[in-house]
Amino acid sequence: MTSPGATVTADPVAAHDAGEALRVEGITLHLGGRTVLDDVSFQVGAGEFTGLIGPNGAGKTTLFRVILGLQQPTSGSVRVGGGGRSGRDVGYVPQKFLLDPDMPLRGRDLIALGLDGHRLGIPLPSRTRRARVQEMVEAVDAQAFADERVGRLSGGEQQRILIAHALISRPQLLLLDEPLANLDLRSAQEVVGLLARIAAEQRIAVLISAHEMNPLLPVMDRVVYLAAGHAASGTAEEVVRSDVLSRLYGHHVDVLRVHGRVLVVAGTGHDEHAPLDDPGDASAPVEIV
Amino acid sequence: MHADLAAIIAPGFFSSSSVQLALVVGALVAIVAGTVGVFTVIRGQSFAGEALGDIGASGGSSAYLVGIAPLWGFVGISVAAAAVMELIGIQRARGRDLATGIVLGAGFGLAALFLYLGSTSSSTTGATVTILFGSIFQLDTSTLPLVAVFGAIALATILVIYRPLLLVSVSPELGAARRLPVRLIGSLYLLAMALAVALSAVTIGAILSTALLVGPAATALQLTRRPGRAILCAALVGIGVMWIGILLAYDSYSWPHHGWPVSFFVVTLVLIAYIASRVIPAPARKRRG
Repeated sequence: MTSPGATVTADPVAAHDAGEALRVEGITLHLGGRTVLDDVSFQVGAGEFTGLIGPNGAGKTTLFRVILGLQQPTSGSVRVGGGGRSGRDVGYVPQKFLLDPDMPLRGRDLIALGLDGHRLGIPLPSRTRRARVQEMVEAVDAQAFADERVGRLSGGEQQRILIAHALISRPQLLLLDEPLANLDLRSAQEVVGLLARIAAEQRIAVLISAHEMNPLLPVMDRVVYLAAGHAASGTAEEVVRSDVLSRLYGHHVDVLRVHGRVLVVAGTGHDEHAPLDDPGDASAPVEIV
Repeated sequence: MHADLAAIIAPGFFSSSSVQLALVVGALVAIVAGTVGVFTVIRGQSFAGEALGDIGASGGSSAYLVGIAPLWGFVGISVAAAAVMELIGIQRARGRDLATGIVLGAGFGLAALFLYLGSTSSSTTGATVTILFGSIFQLDTSTLPLVAVFGAIALATILVIYRPLLLVSVSPELGAARRLPVRLIGSLYLLAMALAVALSAVTIGAILSTALLVGPAATALQLTRRPGRAILCAALVGIGVMWIGILLAYDSYSWPHHGWPVSFFVVTLVLIAYIASRVIPAPARKRRG
């Protein structure tokens, strides 16, 4: 069975050969008189694990919406894979996912909707379809809870189901919006490990947004740091530095490395120049990113 | 044995042509209402369903005034009201109650007017009770083809958009990320709901029509964790309460105050079924289903 996404655009294998899963070029977005994104450019290579790091309100979700084609940028371009773009080239795990516990939908039903949720008519029983779903259930280690109602699963279990839902159409790029935000430390580590393994095994590029970069540090190939609408990208060593981040934030920030953890702390003395849009962020004496 | 049966099923039940018509129309309506209703409950649009039913009263009463089958009035007004709700913005979370409430108020005002006008004309005695609370035994045989056609339109709509509707009902964001036309799907669903409510109004009255839409569906959601089975289950529960209600109403001609309303039995049975589905512990339900 061919992947529904693969028929729409350029051959994914060719795109992988080109080594590029996503190219974001000069994206600027003005919304209601505000500059939400300002000349954001970066690339994600095939199979690369990239963290989109930035404080709350930095524009991470908006950038995802632009990449998904749900938000038209004021200027700039987005290219997924080698050729054109379609929804199914990009797997997406949204940030907020609240389901009624009584929703009559098992984990495996939601995963199956990732395969054919865009098709018309009722799904006919299909061995291929069942096998594909079971394959994804196993890929995300969801065997124990795939037959439970999705609304009654824990946050970490729901994340696994959603990841399988996003991956079953075999996208070239997987976007995850703050998937670790509501997880306990152990579940977060498990999800990160799972994503890193999938990215490596299936050569799927992963772009994962987070306001806290430390859980991602061991697995991130690259960092795209987003602050006040500006972005810088590169390896963690290249980007998470005081001079680079100070330029993004528009005021002085210190980067502290403590026991292998990175802390981004607002500097002192320059606060009156802080051009942050969110007053909550600007007034925070210490900001751990 | 025969005597026992006669105690439950009063003589002439199956040979009465109005009972036969009631059983057929009731079953058709229950199937449509159950199918549409599962999505009403999943999408949390019970209030909109209730409003469409109540508003239908103005359509039913105006149909009486001009002397056409009430079903035309129910369908016309419910569909028009659904369109107005859509325009006001029922698809936005915050616009939902507002849109529903505004249309509901206007609809009830019209119903008050038409029912008043009807009460001043001698030819429409009993119209008020018929419109608001239904009278399935007084259906005209010419209603059957109409019920079948409108029911088929509603069912076909749901079955055609089944998977996209399920996905956007679970999460509009997941649907949008897959480039599904979320608003169009919501509008088509609203149309199906308007038809289902109008059909229910013919059987158990405009005021009570959502009981048939939401009750069996809510019961089904307790009994199964799979969407397809929930629809089958809701349709079966709907047929069950409808037929038992018709039977009891027929029996009640020999009770004090002869001829209790079918609607009373149906909504009471709906309530009993729902409570039973919540209260009765079902070990089998825990594991499978």
